[in-house]
Amino acid sequence: MNQQLTTQRNFDSMRKSLNTLGSSVSAIILALSICAVLLLVTGKDPFAAYSKILETGLTGEKLLEMLKRATPLIFSAIAVAIGFKMNLFNIGVEGQYLFAALVAAEMATHVSLPRPLHILFILVVAMVAGAAWASIAAFLKIARGVNEVISTIMLNYIALSFIQWLFESFFRDDSDGGLNVKTTKIAPSGRMPDLVHDRLNGMFIVALVVAFLYWIVVFRSRFGFRLRASGLNPIAARTAGIPANRMVLIALMLSGAVAGLIAMPAVIGDVYGYGPSAIATQFGFAGISVALLGRNHPIGIVGAALLFGFLDSTSAVLQLSGIPSSIVKVIQAIIVLVVVIVNEASSRRYNRRTAERAAADLKSQEVQS
Amino acid sequence: MQAGSKKSSQTLPLESAHVVELANISKSFPGVIANRDISLQVARATIHAIVGENGAGKSTLMKILYGLHQPDSGTIAINGEITQFKSPSEAIAAGIGMVHQHFMLADNLTVLENIILGYEPTKYGVLSLGNARKRVKELATSIGVDLDLDLPISELGVGQRQRVEILKVLFRGAEILVLDEPTAVLVPQEVDELFTNLRKLVANGTTILFISHKLDEVLSISDQITVIRQGSTVATVSPKMVDRLKLAELMVGSDLPSHGKRTTLVGEKIQLSTNNLTVIGKNRKNPVENVSFKIFESEIVGIAGVDGNGQFELCEALLGLVDIEGTVEIGGKDASKLSIRERLNQGLAYIPFDRHREGLMLAASLWENSLLGHETSLSRGPMIDFDAAKKSCKEIIDRFGVMTPNELVPAFVLSGGNQQKLVVGRNLATAPKVLIAAHPTRGIDVGAQAAVWEEIRRSRDAGMSVLLVSADLEEVLGLSDRILVMFDGEISAELDPKSATPQILGKYMTGTQ
Repeated sequence: MNQQLTTQRNFDSMRKSLNTLGSSVSAIILALSICAVLLLVTGKDPFAAYSKILETGLTGEKLLEMLKRATPLIFSAIAVAIGFKMNLFNIGVEGQYLFAALVAAEMATHVSLPRPLHILFILVVAMVAGAAWASIAAFLKIARGVNEVISTIMLNYIALSFIQWLFESFFRDDSDGGLNVKTTKIAPSGRMPDLVHDRLNGMFIVALVVAFLYWIVVFRSRFGFRLRASGLNPIAARTAGIPANRMVLIALMLSGAVAGLIAMPAVIGDVYGYGPSAIATQFGFAGISVALLGRNHPIGIVGAALLFGFLDSTSAVLQLSGIPSSIVKVIQAIIVLVVVIVNEASSRRYNRRTAERAAADLKSQEVQS
Repeated sequence: MQAGSKKSSQTLPLESAHVVELANISKSFPGVIANRDISLQVARATIHAIVGENGAGKSTLMKILYGLHQPDSGTIAINGEITQFKSPSEAIAAGIGMVHQHFMLADNLTVLENIILGYEPTKYGVLSLGNARKRVKELATSIGVDLDLDLPISELGVGQRQRVEILKVLFRGAEILVLDEPTAVLVPQEVDELFTNLRKLVANGTTILFISHKLDEVLSISDQITVIRQGSTVATVSPKMVDRLKLAELMVGSDLPSHGKRTTLVGEKIQLSTNNLTVIGKNRKNPVENVSFKIFESEIVGIAGVDGNGQFELCEALLGLVDIEGTVEIGGKDASKLSIRERLNQGLAYIPFDRHREGLMLAASLWENSLLGHETSLSRGPMIDFDAAKKSCKEIIDRFGVMTPNELVPAFVLSGGNQQKLVVGRNLATAPKVLIAAHPTRGIDVGAQAAVWEEIRRSRDAGMSVLLVSADLEEVLGLSDRILVMFDGEISAELDPKSATPQILGKYMTGTQ
């Protein structure tokens, strides 16, 4: 009997995972078909485009590029997902990571430490800076009830202008010459070692570690349970003694801290400083898509980031062969849209089936006893 | 019947004296109380009230009549013709109009625009407001409503907004009007105005179904009253033949369980007490005013009262969810300044008023639900101890007889009674010193009710103190060792359940004594 129950349960959890995987895969296939239609309409051959993507994307060089491009997306998506788990929509990841990038790059040049410590120092500064910027939105929400969606969007604009002013007025270093101005170059002791020379640096490993920590903290720890409970039913959580305001503050700061790492692969792995044209923007928004696609689950997020990284890595080659590279962005956007719709539909169906199965199970138990 | 000859009924078959006839309606679904075998006959051009406690099944019944739910069995006949409504639009087409408790009006549109919304008269595809304005004016005059049709809704008061809602359904051709707790949001003068309008409506041949739990109003406005308790119709009476107390008795039931069985004694240690506890009302009267009481070890103190007399705010104050004046002591120590969590750690537990709103995470598994509030004891270091949490949930399932396939299913698959047993179990499993139980058996079936009562008694015998908040007199009289009556934010009486009767309680609850 017990054996039977355990099997039944394993089956239940497997059914759920399969349900998730199945709906994601079918959403991706559906999205690719929609894009194929779009390509046909614009007079391009979709099969040529897709085979080009596969052909170039699956070379060793491009696979390394995929990992490299996925790295900031993993950080960004996890930052967004921490908020999502508590029903907080942190759209301010963009501002948080750019602010953190400038602060960390500048602070890095003011200390001299041996290598591992110097790197650690920079990462910690970036996380603190990101958390500090995110905490503004948290305080506004707690003290004045300002919706975090509004405040984080607005804070993005403020962050961009603030960073520009800070950079131009204080941190700009023209000694390097050229058009590509940056902060003072970070000393070698503060540079992240490469995993594969000039192709992939150690921040990829850090991203995987952060994804693992995200799983532990949010899905396994007591704090994470309180965070998720506050998201699932804030009133019940409050009634059970979980302090709502403190959870908002901690969740947003944690989200900002992870956001602070987004630019680090570039700051300490590539550029060795901060420069307005050297540090890529828009990762904050891409992270929302990746978190949605990955359903806020660490494995899903890493998978989704790799998919996005893969598609991004092929865009340059597409351009060369006469296919507009923006098709990659279109595919990404359609995938996310389709996934959100399919997920919603499939989770409704899953919920209904679960309810029916539970009712049936109960009936059979009654008959037995 | 008496109005059968009045206008607007000529087109209808004469044998249908009853405009609405519900026969043996049953409806069940998980989480909400069922309608069992409800029969109801409403005569033309009368006001027919449906009374019952919150959660007695009134709303479900009205949703069935309005086509929002389909009954599992039973029939609905409108004007003598058996019909089935698959959606509200079919009910509207049959002449049924619903005025919801929460108004559904667009704030920035004008009165006229709101009334015609969705039914805009057009000419060659262009809105023709002239005709609509004329018709709305006529309707308004006929029921004695005076409204500026060009004012935006945002500038109207609550009473006027309700008038707009009524005009809206009349404009759609409603001949049967369902009013869901229409007076809940009104001040007394507005209630009088509303009643004047309703009487005119009836004089014009409209039939009104009036849902309420305010007995005075029901007695003054209705021609017939049907009482619903726990999903079934208890009686249909004429207001001339009953008074408020009789009606209250029908509503809450008067078959009292025997309460002499207690074998243990009330302890001597005070476990929960308040001293001049006042909850400050923002922009309104203080919802709780100078409440002082003591509860001893092994004692159940019942708070009887009609909903909305400060019980909810009192519970929130005891938990630490609102700002208070005065003091709260738990286990003899001042707890007035403590956070919710600190109070829970002192041995306080809370069965909330509304299990869905304040108690459960419906999308989460049962074991996560039973873990809520007990994360600290079911952890190993900073990590949740999953095995212990699941084991503790299984124990609650076994001990409290929660009917479920296992502890992994999400909470929304359970029936209301089983959800409630889980909430009760979660709070009793850790043997708290003080339990605040708000409507612990509201909306659950009789079997589950008995089980919950038994568990509360058993915990009391083991030393737990209970503050039982309930509008169910049967529950208050059957469980309590002492009864406090709350009226208008104050304790209006302290009674001994052995000598108290529903009649006496009713008097204090309604402020007539």
